[in-house]
Amino acid sequence: MLKQIEGSFSTAEAIALCRPEVICAYPITPQTHIVEGLGEMVKTGELKNCEFINVESEFAALSVAIGASAAGARAYTATASQGLLFMAEAVYNAAGLGLPIVMTLGNRAIGAPINIWNDHSDAMSMRDAGWLQLFAESNQDSIDLHIQAFRLAEELSMPVMVCVDGFILTHAVERVDMPAQADVDAYLPPYEPVQVLDPKDPISIGAMVGPDAFTEVRFLQHYKQTLALRLIPEFAAEFQTRFGRDTGGLLRTYRADDAEMLVVAMGSINGTIKDTIDEMRADGFSIGLVTIVSFRPFPTEALRRLLAGRKHVVVIEKSFAVGMGGQLANNVDLALRNTPAAPQVHSVVAGLGGRAITRASLHRVFRRAMAQPWEGAHFLDLNEEIIGKELHHVRKVRRSGPTAENLLRRLDQAAQSTAAE
Amino acid sequence: MTDSTASAAATQKLRFYQKGTFTVGNRLAPDAERSVQASIDRSNALTCGHRACQGCGEALGARYAMDVAMRATGGNLIAVNATGCLEVFTTPYPETSWQMPWLHSLFGNAAAVATGVAAAMRVKGRPEVRAIAQGGDGGTTDIGFGCLSGMFERNDDVLYICYDNEGYMNTGVQRSSATPPTARTATTPAMGPEPGNVFGTGKNLPRIAVAHGIPYVATATVADLHDLERKVMKAMGIHGARYIHIHVPCPLGWGSASHDTIRLARLAVECGLFPVFEAEHGAVTNSRKIRRPVPVDEYLKPQRRFAHLFKDAAGAQRVAHLQAIADHNILEYKLLGQEEDA
Repeated sequence: MLKQIEGSFSTAEAIALCRPEVICAYPITPQTHIVEGLGEMVKTGELKNCEFINVESEFAALSVAIGASAAGARAYTATASQGLLFMAEAVYNAAGLGLPIVMTLGNRAIGAPINIWNDHSDAMSMRDAGWLQLFAESNQDSIDLHIQAFRLAEELSMPVMVCVDGFILTHAVERVDMPAQADVDAYLPPYEPVQVLDPKDPISIGAMVGPDAFTEVRFLQHYKQTLALRLIPEFAAEFQTRFGRDTGGLLRTYRADDAEMLVVAMGSINGTIKDTIDEMRADGFSIGLVTIVSFRPFPTEALRRLLAGRKHVVVIEKSFAVGMGGQLANNVDLALRNTPAAPQVHSVVAGLGGRAITRASLHRVFRRAMAQPWEGAHFLDLNEEIIGKELHHVRKVRRSGPTAENLLRRLDQAAQSTAAE
Repeated sequence: MTDSTASAAATQKLRFYQKGTFTVGNRLAPDAERSVQASIDRSNALTCGHRACQGCGEALGARYAMDVAMRATGGNLIAVNATGCLEVFTTPYPETSWQMPWLHSLFGNAAAVATGVAAAMRVKGRPEVRAIAQGGDGGTTDIGFGCLSGMFERNDDVLYICYDNEGYMNTGVQRSSATPPTARTATTPAMGPEPGNVFGTGKNLPRIAVAHGIPYVATATVADLHDLERKVMKAMGIHGARYIHIHVPCPLGWGSASHDTIRLARLAVECGLFPVFEAEHGAVTNSRKIRRPVPVDEYLKPQRRFAHLFKDAAGAQRVAHLQAIADHNILEYKLLGQEEDA
């Protein structure tokens, strides 16, 4: 059914279609509307046979989900940013225990400095925790990926994180096609746990494991992720057959077939990139796009096949490892390791803390990648002037003060002097 | 004489000590009053073969508590365990001592995980299956406190049992917020002007639990296992958030003899330092009376963690301070006098 609806609420409706049995919620911007929507559906009785639990922290939210999942219920929670960090210990625990919890991450920057707007630092902080991580490009994608997420989680008995860009998607009103309950029921069978706490068949879960078996337990976790590399495209194909929409499986391409330059990106920015590519194609540039849908497992093989033989790869990402560079770029580099005819990889860090990524900036950086390649990460639209001033100040004054506040003051001064001119 | 008065008279008898011991024999009690542990039908939920130290109070307390909860629920019980001694010594993989469904997630989240278990059972249409969370004092009063308070506040249908051995024993005897003043631990050494743990710190979790207004809170001790069993049974007859705080001596951490575990647990009660009481919906309803009051020295002296108190005049002053705390407890919880008939 077609609807014009805010992203958080369409995501909430999709979750409800998946018949979750226990939902744990702790508010954090920009995830709040998702759990508010679900809370309302439980309270009004629209979503039946579901326990909605208002917990006291994100750590408790995922912990309640862990208990519910281990006891055989389909469990869901949502968080963002600091919330994900606060539950970090439970994030690893859920994966280590192999519990098929689905969690929405309304992607948001991590502080300090505190910032509520979108980037991918939160998702990247948990990239090695053992969860599958799927990235939505649109609110339709968010609906479709969440339905697939429950199927994947329960098939593999491992948790899945669906990453939805905060504000850009969660708070955007878009037209979506909401699946019918009967179709979702046909696609997603009831949860049959592979391990469950049951007095009729008592087992211990979460025992101490020493060096004799720890590596093997970890390896099997890794092995499940490699199984997911096969299952994700399989379930996406099945989804397409039933619902008529192609979510791409591990990744999607756009005007990529003959492109000499391929852009690699995740999440909502892909829309702007496609527009830019259309414009550049019209100007005669040979450029295309690879949209990563599954960041974990990382589609190493699929990506290598796509990228090998191209001239340039530009990786655009909304996160970076401080002191190292873009995580996605690093993963792309890894996919190209020992590949003959590997393209030049250009890393672009953009859109941190909600900074808009404009078509104009993308045009510039794509052209620059062809003409003047760079080493390491390029920070898109970096305000070099205030950075220069701050570095000068720090060199001169020992008690130079807090960096963030200094930069804000410089911005303010710059604005005032512009106004005075 | 009707059956009920006969039973009341028998209950009365339970207060007598057997000659030469302080235990009350099952032999003297009618069947209904006998301990679960004495029954051939006990579940052995925490069975033998685990790796607890000799004289471990926690193993004893957990065994009694779980078997009672198993009887109360007809075996429809799921236990969630915080990280700690109990978790480690019962599950050296691939062995487990738990003859019941048992889950260990993390150090600080047992209460929340149990909330999830209880929610799952409701939604699965199996409300008869009940959830228990358990942990040591570190996992309860410190790192697990947020999740515990949340579970209390929501009045989730979980019984949380804290086995309080007054420190982080699993990691090598460090101070917790349940460590008593003056006690020597690895992080409160018996050195300097105020040796051991300092006065004026710590957290009285049973009282904090009471302040949440939850249906049932009790303290108990491994020195009075009849009382412990009765309290667990009572807790399992109630729905909503419940809390039982069991004082469990730790020979390793306290520097005491393994054979003194029960004696020390009893002395802690008799000197007034560990008040045994019950509370319902925010109010203390009764306390166990001290049968043979003793000065705190008797409790402190057999423990090497308090050895520094008995070396000089400054130590004697600290003992007096501890005695004052005990005396205050005796007044506050009305620990002297006749046991009131329930």
